[in-house]
Amino acid sequence: MTEQTIDSKSVSTIVGQYDARPEMLVQILQRIVQGHGWISAEVTRQLAGELNLSRADVHGVVEYYHDFRTAPPGKHIVKICQAEACQAMGSRELTEHANGVLDEDTTLEPVYCLGNCACAPAVMVNGQTLGRVSTERFDAALAEIGEQGS
Amino acid sequence: MSTVKVYIPRETSSVSVGANEVAVAIAREAGNAGASIELVRNGSWGASWLEPLVEVQIGEQRIAYGNVEADDVPGMFAAGFLEGGEHERRLGPIGEVPYLVSQDRWTFWRVGLIESLSLEDFLLHQGFKSLQKAWEMGADAVIDAVTEAGLRGRGGAGFPTGIKWRTVANTEGEQKYVACNADEGDSGTFSDRMLMEGDPFGLIESMAIAGFAVGANKGYIYLRSEYPLTHTILSRAIETARDAGWLGENIQGSGFDFDIELHLGAGSYVCGEETAMLESLEGKKGIVRFKPPLPAIEGLFGKPTVVNNVVTLASVPNIVNLGGERYAGMGVNRSKGTLAFQLAGNVKRGGLVEKSFGITVRELIEEYGGGTASGRPVKAVQIGGPLGAYLPADQLDTPLDYEAFMEIGAMIGHGGIVVFDDTADMAQQARFAMEFCAIESCGKCTPCRIGSTRGVEVIDRIINGEKRDESYDLLVELCDTMEDASLCAMGGMTPYPVRSVLKHFAKDFAPEAEA
Repeated sequence: MTEQTIDSKSVSTIVGQYDARPEMLVQILQRIVQGHGWISAEVTRQLAGELNLSRADVHGVVEYYHDFRTAPPGKHIVKICQAEACQAMGSRELTEHANGVLDEDTTLEPVYCLGNCACAPAVMVNGQTLGRVSTERFDAALAEIGEQGS
Repeated sequence: MSTVKVYIPRETSSVSVGANEVAVAIAREAGNAGASIELVRNGSWGASWLEPLVEVQIGEQRIAYGNVEADDVPGMFAAGFLEGGEHERRLGPIGEVPYLVSQDRWTFWRVGLIESLSLEDFLLHQGFKSLQKAWEMGADAVIDAVTEAGLRGRGGAGFPTGIKWRTVANTEGEQKYVACNADEGDSGTFSDRMLMEGDPFGLIESMAIAGFAVGANKGYIYLRSEYPLTHTILSRAIETARDAGWLGENIQGSGFDFDIELHLGAGSYVCGEETAMLESLEGKKGIVRFKPPLPAIEGLFGKPTVVNNVVTLASVPNIVNLGGERYAGMGVNRSKGTLAFQLAGNVKRGGLVEKSFGITVRELIEEYGGGTASGRPVKAVQIGGPLGAYLPADQLDTPLDYEAFMEIGAMIGHGGIVVFDDTADMAQQARFAMEFCAIESCGKCTPCRIGSTRGVEVIDRIINGEKRDESYDLLVELCDTMEDASLCAMGGMTPYPVRSVLKHFAKDFAPEAEA
């Protein structure tokens, strides 16, 4: 699973892979979030320096996009689709169920469409999209990541 | 025994219901049986309800098995799976599956057929033939063909593609761009994803043709981050094409330069709006720009830019290959050609159905979709994503035609069709439309930013019976303001689903008043 902190050297390495192009800011932030879960104030400051942008610019972009968390997530990330096609197949009830069974190790986030609308309801567990997710299948997926995580 | 080809999709929906586990089980069983197999990872044919759908090549035919689970595999082998043997999962030859055989596959013809990431397989199936033909025809003739085809933007707005391309071609500029919008955010849509996962080289070829036609040497794909598997597939395809000299400088010695950069979005719905997407591609907040200037004149980094949706672009190679007239011969009125409709939500046979325009919503839902998954009556159908109207059962005979939809205050959008059964609470759906707008608004214009939040509040008041008549009038007025004064479709069309609920499902707002 994701590392919860990123050191400044790793940030510089990622920036270097994008040739420190300021227009790659969204891509750089995405890489950091995918690998390390969140964007700290420190990372924001460093990116501003290395990309020759103002801190306000970087902060604005971090705050704008849903993907860019500004606090560390739990060990596991579960996203349940909250959009219409999944609503039509019971995603509201599934979300209610999830709220009842998830522990503090797991961060539950809304997502608006995973593009799996013909196999609704759809859920993403640690980056893997699952389809036709009944409450039983949801619990089974949780049990599986619980085993991997321990 | 010679090597037997077994096809298992590497496609989000199929994988989401166990395709990888099935692949592992098949490899294991083949190993146990001492049989030699070649696992081919293709795209999905689009019959998502049959996924995981596995095929085995027997002579010229591919025998399909549907809804295969890993646990079924030993039994299938015992029943002679590698010889196409009889089994309860067996569907017969893929070419005879009714759901697929009756479609008009113009844009998706290679999807499912070929191994997605095999450049060799792509080349064996007309791959890059259209690009080469485009070079022979010349840029002007390519744009003429697209114009003659009557192709309109499949992202939702339906703008004529040929006119857009002509504008970019005619605009002076040393540097021009092609920006492919793969930020498929509408609920109920997945056609861009299926195309990219099933025919990634096809998209690369399509973008190169667009670049050649308008004089652009660089293309961008803006892919939403919710599609991680698509990202993996596209990245590999771009790399493979570059290594083989189909991207980069002087492609295949033609003198034409074209390369593609793949960008990921970051979970913002409004970045599917073309100018917000351009801002995001520039590394900024995805905030909508004022138009004019049009992106065709001043687009990415201020340069002339063709912005097209994935399916729009992917419709072009066959237009170049077979002629614009042929494409224009399909469809009805000003809705020419085909659209990849997507059946989703509470529907028995969900998936992708590419058909000529003119088919009715009912035909799609009943003949292809087989009615609701729950078996209950259809109550409402939302078409065109979260900004699309909810149609009641008595509007289902409306033909899929851009103008016919406009007449009833609806839109086709990106072709997503989401079915709800009679248990749906339409007041909640109207509330969600406003809530979604409040969550996703970029914040630039007031009607969208503030109006959506006020919309949620006023709908809550109606549902709770507070000053019901007054609140109802206020909601109608708010819809007018948002529609007339918002900068883009986010605020401007959020009233569509809300109004449709007010018009057709008003009693869901006031159950006790009705009783």
